[in-house]
Amino acid sequence: MIALNALVAICLSYVAFLFAVAFVAERAARRGQVGWLRSPLVYTLSLSIYCTAWTFYGAVGYAARSGLEYITIYLGPSLVMLGWWWLVRKMVRIGRTQRLTSIADLISSRFGKSNLLAIGVTILAVIGTTPYIALQLQSVTLSFDVFAQASGEAEQLPSAIWVAIGLALFTVVFGTRNLDVNERHHGVVMAIAVEAVVKLFALMAVGLFVVWGIGGGLGATLEKIDDSEIGAWQVEGGRWAGLMLLSAAAFLCLPRMFQVMVVENDDEAHLRTASWAFPTYLICMSLFVVPIAVVGLDLMPAGSNPDLFVLTIPLSQGREGLAILSFLGGFSSATSMVIVAAIALSTMVSNHIVMPIWLRFTNSGAVVSGDVRNVVLLARRLSIVGVVMLGYLYYRLSGGGNALAAIGLVSFTGVAQVLPVVLGGLFWRGATRIGAFAGLTLGFSVWLFTLFLPSVGTGVVISTTVMEQGFFGWSWLRPQALFGIEGLDPLMHTLFWSLALNTIAFFGFSLVSFPTPLERLQGAQFVNIFQHSSSVRSWSPGVAQSEDLMVMAQRILGAGEAQALFSRAARKQGVSGNLPEPTPGFLELLERELSGSVGAATAHAMIGQIVGGMSVSVQDLMAVADESAQLMEYSARLKEQSDELSRTARKLREANQKLTRISVQKDAFLSQISHELRTPMTSVRAFSEILRDSGQLTEAEQTKYASIIHDEAIRLTRLLDDLLDLSVLENGQVSLNLRHDMLRDLLDRAAAAALADDDGSALRLRRDRALEDIPIYTDPDRLTQVFINLISNSKKYCEAETPELHIRVGQRGDLLSLDFVDNGFGISPEAQDVIFEKFARVSDQKAGGAGLGLAICRQIMARLGGEITYLKGEGGAAFRIDLPTNITVAAQ
Amino acid sequence: MTDVTETTRTSVFLERQTYRRRRLVDAARLVPVLGLLLWLVPLLWPSEGDSRPAMSTAILYLFGVWIFLVVIKFLIARPLRSDPSDAQDGQE
Repeated sequence: MIALNALVAICLSYVAFLFAVAFVAERAARRGQVGWLRSPLVYTLSLSIYCTAWTFYGAVGYAARSGLEYITIYLGPSLVMLGWWWLVRKMVRIGRTQRLTSIADLISSRFGKSNLLAIGVTILAVIGTTPYIALQLQSVTLSFDVFAQASGEAEQLPSAIWVAIGLALFTVVFGTRNLDVNERHHGVVMAIAVEAVVKLFALMAVGLFVVWGIGGGLGATLEKIDDSEIGAWQVEGGRWAGLMLLSAAAFLCLPRMFQVMVVENDDEAHLRTASWAFPTYLICMSLFVVPIAVVGLDLMPAGSNPDLFVLTIPLSQGREGLAILSFLGGFSSATSMVIVAAIALSTMVSNHIVMPIWLRFTNSGAVVSGDVRNVVLLARRLSIVGVVMLGYLYYRLSGGGNALAAIGLVSFTGVAQVLPVVLGGLFWRGATRIGAFAGLTLGFSVWLFTLFLPSVGTGVVISTTVMEQGFFGWSWLRPQALFGIEGLDPLMHTLFWSLALNTIAFFGFSLVSFPTPLERLQGAQFVNIFQHSSSVRSWSPGVAQSEDLMVMAQRILGAGEAQALFSRAARKQGVSGNLPEPTPGFLELLERELSGSVGAATAHAMIGQIVGGMSVSVQDLMAVADESAQLMEYSARLKEQSDELSRTARKLREANQKLTRISVQKDAFLSQISHELRTPMTSVRAFSEILRDSGQLTEAEQTKYASIIHDEAIRLTRLLDDLLDLSVLENGQVSLNLRHDMLRDLLDRAAAAALADDDGSALRLRRDRALEDIPIYTDPDRLTQVFINLISNSKKYCEAETPELHIRVGQRGDLLSLDFVDNGFGISPEAQDVIFEKFARVSDQKAGGAGLGLAICRQIMARLGGEITYLKGEGGAAFRIDLPTNITVAAQ
Repeated sequence: MTDVTETTRTSVFLERQTYRRRRLVDAARLVPVLGLLLWLVPLLWPSEGDSRPAMSTAILYLFGVWIFLVVIKFLIARPLRSDPSDAQDGQE
């Protein structure tokens, strides 16, 4: 029998071999010879990280215990990969575009780069992965145990703590040798691919040996299977479908799967190959599980651990070589899982927890002295050790006696809590950070309470009382019978309640909360990734100092890498020297490079600090937009005011012009009035002087002169009366004496007054008295005054041989129109404009009045709510009077 | 859930070759649905009594479906290899 030391030596040399593989691959990658490193085959093989020691040892144990149920764990991922076009393609595209470093980064980025969410997912992932790592420790310890038992060296058995330390050390050395700009580990991926081949080869070898070496061929084995205790279909429907869903969810959400599937992906086209190649790998891995289980059950003594049949069958048949190969296969499965999981988790822990805290506490941000890389690396190494030790703790607490598959399923259910948020985030723009936080918290709590803590062992964390009577004695809070629904399979119970409550909370809180602008932007970017695979935000140029950026980049990326990046960018920009202009494009590129090392949120913050807070975040843009909206509103108000001002100015100008005009008019009026007053005054003075000075005047002469003086005085009085009248009318001081009257009566009175002193010069009035029978409510005296004026004007100025004035009456509703048309020559067109002005006289021949009559008429008509206009084209002089029959109605 | 990069880009009527490719993509998308349906068939099998199927039958059925799906996927993936709609527009 092989000695335990020899086995350890084999392990160590195997690890050394893996190191060599990783080293060669890294060196090749550095030289740029990445062709074969980036082949779809390597990608597919790296996906096989899904098959851990659980698959290698646990699947057989699972099959031995529960028949074909084990296969669901592989059917789910197969469906996911077969349906890569639906989901995985989108995840990979988003991961590449947004430079995501982990599943926590995915969720944090999607929901507005929320660091809180990233921390939450990180904690969930760490706790969720803990049982899984414990499972690997347990399997490696068990496999050592098998050999120790066989060689009788049980007392020298390396305890699980040594396995844990070894694995942690291994991972630290493997995974954090350098800080890769893209968070890609070519060496690790290559080593994993090799390990994938080793474990597949080992399991197939054992399977082939069992079927043809022991079972006696395919047909015989199938018969044996049917005869065995698991020989009939005995799968419970709920678990069958539930486990398929669970494994598919875990495949998408496990941190290590995200690492190899999205982060380490070099080319989206690899997915196409992986879509059929990975299910093929799974077929090969699970093909011989049932035969091995059946043969094991048949050959091995009752009570032996079925999880270890893969090892114990070859050993019991004396096939030590095969057993060692099998051991190496299991060792490969365990180590590769621990390495990738620890790397993925440490990335999350350092990017989302350590770096933000460190940046905050050092408070100097990116421009700190010393190398940030060291901090990041140290954080990762410590995280790796921490993660592995947590696994060890779980292993110790749970006693190491559980079936491997049961532990694995606990872990699966934990990480599957991320699924609703991921799916919602990728396909639903309405998903919000608060919703995601609520869903994750609730789902995680339910999982913790109903599955994780009980799985550690009854009485360790959750007491038996709580298990049986519920939390606080509330029977509806029993960990395995929530809401009093008993009899469910514990796993299905947790899966159902956690995912259901998670999803409900996620959707509910998303519906009622409102996302931040950045969240909405990222949501649109994620959901419509295939429409615009571009970067999200931009930096404002010109402010960032290239040297500072250089200093910071060197600390994070390493001097060589950073210098190469900068000079590449400088060349691209056409700038001489090694420092490119800090254009938005360059800043974005730099941020993406940095985010590969320290995570999106941290990189964003660091560049933001150097650029002097001049990063244009969406909030800033919104603020700017707000501000400019306010400015626009302000300027609109200003414009309004200035419009108003210019309107006022225009009005003032108009008023001024009017005043000037009026002043001119006033001057003209004064000179006219003096002229008008002087003429009669002159004759009064002259004749009164004659009367005074000459004593020999006859009686007749005296009378004549006195009557001239009298006439002139009357004319003066009339002129003054008219002026007074006009002034009163113009000032609006006139009070109207409103009465009901008949139009006919008014016209009668006017005709009588105007023609009273008729000297027979015979102005004949033509009226249609029937039409004039209109009741009217107005100031009859004033209106009569207008009529008199018009009639007497006609009498004075009509030059026809038989002067005739035609008064036509028309009525439209409440409006009355009166036309005064005579048969004279009318008024010359140039005079028509001025006849309504004061002192405007048509001719000087018959200077009967002062020229105020029509002006007064116009004023009166305005007061009465009507107007007087000159009618053109009527032959003779024609005036039209429009006025309302009821002045009060018109006023309204 | 349609691929927007394809539907927004081109006209309604396509060349025969493009049309074929589209239908291949459709088929590729439907493979997992078919797989899910076929793998849920075992839920219809009786799990009690003598009439429940033998383990070997179940194994042959499940693995048969599995291999069938992989082969279909493989056959579909080959002609789609040069699909321009998968151009790496997300790459820098």
